[in-house]
Amino acid sequence: MTHSEQLAHVFAETLGIDIDTVIDSLQYNSIPEWDSVNHMALVVAIDAEFDITMDTDDVIDMSSFGKAKELLAKYNLDFSK
Amino acid sequence: MAQSGKLQGKITFVSGASRGIGAAIARLFAAEGAVVILHAKTAESLTPIAEELTAIGAEVHLLPFDVSNNEAIKAATKELIHWGLAPDVLVNNAGIMKDTMLGLIQPALVQEVYQTNAFGTIYLTQALARFMMKKKQGSIINLSSAIGTKGFAGQVVYGGSKAAIAGITLSSAKELAAYNIRVNAIAPGFIATELTASLSETKRQQTLDTIKLKRPGLPEEVAQLALFLASDQSAYITGQVIGIDGGMCI
Repeated sequence: MTHSEQLAHVFAETLGIDIDTVIDSLQYNSIPEWDSVNHMALVVAIDAEFDITMDTDDVIDMSSFGKAKELLAKYNLDFSK
Repeated sequence: MAQSGKLQGKITFVSGASRGIGAAIARLFAAEGAVVILHAKTAESLTPIAEELTAIGAEVHLLPFDVSNNEAIKAATKELIHWGLAPDVLVNNAGIMKDTMLGLIQPALVQEVYQTNAFGTIYLTQALARFMMKKKQGSIINLSSAIGTKGFAGQVVYGGSKAAIAGITLSSAKELAAYNIRVNAIAPGFIATELTASLSETKRQQTLDTIKLKRPGLPEEVAQLALFLASDQSAYITGQVIGIDGGMCI
């Protein structure tokens, strides 16, 4: 599984949404499931999935699925595939 | 070395650990088997307590930074990640007390006191709670003060900042309970530390007159409460502001 696929699964499972809806343009607060409470749950799940600890600034900046991939690339993860 | 190992294997972070209540907490946590990350503004100020704890075989790590500077907190967090140390317990003890009568309060003083006491608590909690959220367990202990609930002439700024800590504790407790992280506050009354030693004799006597047990508390007594809140003995306690004041507030 690629890192992109892993991340999409984390989003789908944590937010309880269909994986087909996890696309780059999926934005924070654009759906009821991705609210501030679940945003933190998402961060915890991402940390656990990739064994990282996201910076506080990145937690705040993670405004979409696409942005998440961009930010997470800093943690030696490859989202080109 | 361990008294009864109540914190055996736990990674603990104590801010403001160079002296007073913070040093007493660090001492007791180390004696109970915890790894202790010692924080103060400067490394030099931590040397005595670090040497003392190392001498009894404790694992200690020094992490000096300015708790009033959020960028410094972020850098310190990265250092913890680099060390592979994810705290299970956070004691937000670092604080400053500056007395000024209401009519003489200046914005710079308000900024300085709130930046350290209240904002520092928020930012350090924000940073270190992340480690605990990942582990789905943790205990955060904030140092409020009886002045925050009871008030004292000349301590509008300090008292306000300590009242803020009570509010920070309650909301943090509600938010972090989902991650099995407990958040409680200790509200000490008059404790015999360097901080309170700086009070004038008049103010010291005025304060002692309000204490039913007729004596100042000891840092070690506050440390025992911190140990209780850090350990599993308080596993069902969260969102509480617990006074330790010899009956000052009754």
